[in-house]
Amino acid sequence: MQKRVKQRLTSRRATAAAIIIAVIWTVPTFGLLVSSFRPEDNIKGNGWWNVLTDRQFTLENYADVLSPGGSQSPNLLSYFVNSLAIVIPGTVFTLVLGAMAAYMFAWGRFRGKDSLFIFVFALQIVPLQMALIPLLQLFTKVLKFGDFQVLPSGTYAQLWVAHTIFGLPLAIFLLHNFIAEIPGEVIEAARVDGAGHSTIFWRIIIPLATPALASFGIFQFLWLWNDLLVALVFSGGGADVAPITQRLAEIQGSRGGEWQRLTAGAFVSIIVPLAVFFGLQRYFVRGLLAGGLKG
Amino acid sequence: MEDFADKGLQVVVGLAIFAAIIGLIMLVVDRAPKSGREKLQVAGFLAPALILLAVGLVFPALQTSYISFTNRNGEFVGLDNFVWMFTQPEALVTLRNTLIWVVLVPLLASSIGLAYAVFIDRARGEKALKALVFMPMAISFVGAGVIWRFVYAYKGAEQNQIGLLNQILVWLGQEPKQFLLDAPENTFFLIAVMIWIQTGFAMVVLSAAIKGIPTEIVEAARLDGASAWQQFRNVTIPTIRGSLIVVITTITIGTLKVFDIVRTMTAGQYETSVVANEMYTQAFRAGEPGRGAALALVLFLMVLPVVVYNARLLRKQKEIR
Amino acid sequence: MAKTRSRKLVLPAAALSVSLLALAGCGSGGSDSAGGSENADCAAYESYGTFEDAEVSVYSTIVDVEAERLEATWADFSECTGIEVAYEGSKEFETQIGVRAQGGTAPDLAIFPQPGLLATQAGFLKPAPQEVSDLVDEGWSEDWKAYGTVDGTFYAAPMLASIKGYIWYVPATFEEKGWEVPTTWDEMMELTEKIASEEEDIKPWCAGFESGEATGWPGTDWVEDAVLRENGPEVYDQWVTHEIPFNDPQIVKSFDRVGDILKNDDYVNGGFGDSRSILSTPFSEAGQPVLDGQCAMHHQASFQASNWPEGTNVAEDGDVWAFMTPPVDPAAGTAVTGGGEFIGAYTDRPEVQALQAFMASADFANIRVALGGNISANKGLDPEVATSDLDRQSIELLQDPNTVFRFDASDLMPGAVGSNSFWSGIVNWINGSSTEEVTQTVEDSWPAS
Repeated sequence: MQKRVKQRLTSRRATAAAIIIAVIWTVPTFGLLVSSFRPEDNIKGNGWWNVLTDRQFTLENYADVLSPGGSQSPNLLSYFVNSLAIVIPGTVFTLVLGAMAAYMFAWGRFRGKDSLFIFVFALQIVPLQMALIPLLQLFTKVLKFGDFQVLPSGTYAQLWVAHTIFGLPLAIFLLHNFIAEIPGEVIEAARVDGAGHSTIFWRIIIPLATPALASFGIFQFLWLWNDLLVALVFSGGGADVAPITQRLAEIQGSRGGEWQRLTAGAFVSIIVPLAVFFGLQRYFVRGLLAGGLKG
Repeated sequence: MEDFADKGLQVVVGLAIFAAIIGLIMLVVDRAPKSGREKLQVAGFLAPALILLAVGLVFPALQTSYISFTNRNGEFVGLDNFVWMFTQPEALVTLRNTLIWVVLVPLLASSIGLAYAVFIDRARGEKALKALVFMPMAISFVGAGVIWRFVYAYKGAEQNQIGLLNQILVWLGQEPKQFLLDAPENTFFLIAVMIWIQTGFAMVVLSAAIKGIPTEIVEAARLDGASAWQQFRNVTIPTIRGSLIVVITTITIGTLKVFDIVRTMTAGQYETSVVANEMYTQAFRAGEPGRGAALALVLFLMVLPVVVYNARLLRKQKEIR
Repeated sequence: MAKTRSRKLVLPAAALSVSLLALAGCGSGGSDSAGGSENADCAAYESYGTFEDAEVSVYSTIVDVEAERLEATWADFSECTGIEVAYEGSKEFETQIGVRAQGGTAPDLAIFPQPGLLATQAGFLKPAPQEVSDLVDEGWSEDWKAYGTVDGTFYAAPMLASIKGYIWYVPATFEEKGWEVPTTWDEMMELTEKIASEEEDIKPWCAGFESGEATGWPGTDWVEDAVLRENGPEVYDQWVTHEIPFNDPQIVKSFDRVGDILKNDDYVNGGFGDSRSILSTPFSEAGQPVLDGQCAMHHQASFQASNWPEGTNVAEDGDVWAFMTPPVDPAAGTAVTGGGEFIGAYTDRPEVQALQAFMASADFANIRVALGGNISANKGLDPEVATSDLDRQSIELLQDPNTVFRFDASDLMPGAVGSNSFWSGIVNWINGSSTEEVTQTVEDSWPAS
């Protein structure tokens, strides 16, 4: 192995291009960040770039969003906790079940494997709007014994299961592509030693697939964190279960148009996803998919 | 505080139950008798996911297919809903728009994401540069809608502009423009938002793939005196081809299902509606579940080429192995 | 299960008025409206019975400050009857209520903002109990009861109301410029033309129809006002029930009457731009130029009062005031359009019926209106409890037997029209489509029953 070459493949022009892309991608969000510290009248009255000349800043919008509201909302913290409580198990379940299925599609031996895999992959396109009502009926009418609901309403359980279902097709597709890349010799060797599928899966596949699991985990985390549609249907709204997105949608005000609150709210809800991204960045070193161990 | 303790408990119990189920499955597949062991192990691994998919997606999909042949009162009406879709101008517009979306978004988001990943590879401050482009992914669609309102917002020429693009137009001495009101270009302004969001996804995945290219190959190419462009074409692209296809596939499917952006920014007005948004509107707001279901079915058909392509790819890979 | 509560509450009878005042106090500023007030007088609530561990869930479109006031309204009721109210407000109510009803997670009570939506839910709702029905007979006109009735079965009691068709203006500006408040539609058009031709930086009108998914609805209010005033209540009713087509010449004429104002760049859109900027202006901000002196008049329902910035004095001699959209023919008398909410029940447990009955009572209307920002068409409502001159005027208008009142037409039409094609029709119309084209499209979308 040669030592890593520090010399860049790219030229100054490429650097300039990268910076231009970065600026274009950042400016809209930056505008919102500036806006979130401006008084309501200014937000509605002139553009955010005017802060250079009229320096009026306020924390009012954040106070507005974070302050305790009516009896419905002890405060935003409660919803924050809900979001975490929904998203963490929702991500874990999807990852584990997805990886198990992906492993079998990659290395299991059974008839109709490829067709079944393609079928599962194609399920990505079922619009979740169409699946919400049947799933809700399943939870409330089918999965119950007497008065006992297997997945009780008013808890996180329904949300976990719903999110897992909607996340699985993509999880299986992405993780399969990675797990299939793992060299067959490694797995064959383990088999010859008499290891069963569960040993191979937990001892070999999971450690080798960690980068892929981490990458997909982040995206799944983000999708769940930003979800509103599924939450609306399965959470029942109150501070017991509802995630932060649902709360933010409510505090826009009955008659809409409370932009200034939205500006602050958007940033309050973005903190966690960004922290997760920075925290897990080191797992991105090996790719989500290709070239895992090749060459 | 006890409130949080209760929530924490729910999570712990939930995770514990899940772990117990998985543990049980592993126990069973390990203790399986020698004969039929492979079958049982395969079943044990696949069953949880497949059962969930069957009840949560396959069954609703079948139900939707049935509903698409019924009218508002649940009576069977044959192909009426599909006739409506291919004859009503409003429905045709959504089909046209969806096609524009599905061509542009995957193409542009992937290429910009790839270019960016290559440009910043091993640059100083790579992490920060990545974070900047990744950030839109972390913002909810509602948030994105607000952000872009401040970009596209329109005020008359005699007012203070609050939208960035119109301010730039004014500085250049132009008249401010109603970006989201004029069809057909308004669709492109919405597409820009989707590209802005999806580029982060493409960039993260492709950047990881690039980092996975073995150093020796890169070195060899460099010693052969290949230019940056040649290296990119002859080394980078072939090596990360698999990832590229996965990224394009994923973004394509995400784009076909695009709904939140259109809903928060124009609510599908001004001829910007797309199939998924129209489906939601028809099924939930206009009280026409049959039409909504028919649109969902068309969505399914639109993704078929992507599915077929991936299926063939899978077969090819099998031959290589 | 209802059980008699062992805890006895003995409280001075005079506390009722005190608690009303206390409630009014916390509605206007503090956000501390949770829980019952300390000294509720339970004499008034005895008829509802007492319960133990009873919880009733309520779901509606009402969020934010108004939701807090609503919750404050039943605070004493909860305190005295022991019925906990679990309230959820969401702007997604219109779509979610259908999802939840089908999915088996419907709330106990839902507050419907549109009779049309209520009608689509009739299959899931429980008919209203006799007690509620009697209360509605006592407190509302037959028309109002009819809005809560589907196919001859009475389901939902009216709750709050709003009056549409107010035109907001700044009295001081009118005085200064020597403008008269118009008393007929023609006078209004003369004033419009006068302002447009004489004033450099004031446009006669400002408007904003942007409202997310529901963009366009403020425009339907405009058209409805014109239809009612120009053609009278009979034609209006035929239009709503589709006895005449949506693109009947009489309707087209009224559309054009409104279009003369809204589609004319010289008349709109003060403070925002040309006519099409109406579509990108959020309706909640559209009135602001009236205060800023960039536009003279703004057409919006009574709830516009809460859209003005904090501290704006809404009064005849204050910062801003409103006159009712004038009649086309002065001899035809006063005709107004308005909207309202209806409380339907998905379950029939005794505690649910108790809350339903309370919300249909005059007491409820009086407590809620006293908290400000809303009115009710309940005959038992005392106009004096209203917190503003405008609310008082609106209540008197609603209670006046000579007023011809008609419910918001788009709220009564089938969902495919009233909450879809009529809205988008307005949008396309302002965006440049012709009246004929738009009314034809809406007519085509009318569901064949």
